[in-house]
Amino acid sequence: MIEVTARYFAAFRERAGRDREQLTTSARTAAELYGELARKYGFADSMTRCKVAINDELADWNVTLEAGNEVLFFPPVAGG
Amino acid sequence: MSFKITSVPIDPEARKRELVQSAAGACVTFEGWVRNHNEGEAVQALEYEAHVGLAEKEGAKILAEAKQRFAIETAVCEHRVGKLAIGDCAVWVGVSAGHRGAAFDACRYIIDETKARVPIWKKEHYASGETGWVNCATR
Repeated sequence: MIEVTARYFAAFRERAGRDREQLTTSARTAAELYGELARKYGFADSMTRCKVAINDELADWNVTLEAGNEVLFFPPVAGG
Repeated sequence: MSFKITSVPIDPEARKRELVQSAAGACVTFEGWVRNHNEGEAVQALEYEAHVGLAEKEGAKILAEAKQRFAIETAVCEHRVGKLAIGDCAVWVGVSAGHRGAAFDACRYIIDETKARVPIWKKEHYASGETGWVNCATR
């Protein structure tokens, strides 16, 4: 188990009812953590349409999480 | 070249001056405005949110790609965040180039990639009082 900080943006933030939280997780990758959170909060978006950033850098969903990481979850974007 | 996220109204004339180059014979600009409807719903206002640091970084990448793909002189893009009213300018793209073809193509590329890739989100406020996040990434 490791401790990470999850940050939620836009629709994810509203769905989770918070913009960040500390989590203790057995997830090994960002994708696994998204799976856990999707179950917890009912995030319905397919991961392929969302993005993840770690410590303010866009990252691959398969990146291995490390203790202390700040993991940012971005729902599908809609600028313009 | 610069890609900016801003919480104050966009000044198109000021951004246009950044495009001026003596080798430029064409200037193409695009403005995205807040419209009063979307997918059959009456829209009263829009609210944009961004991760500013990553949005400006991804946006700068898009401008660099446009410069590499098309024969342009320079390009700028500015996108609003915060609450906008009907008719407000939400996004402004400007490109200068030697000739019009590259300017049109690059301008189209920049707005399309911005909508698809840059971490900006849009919430619609409907006449009914409801709100909804828009999922409009098109690919």
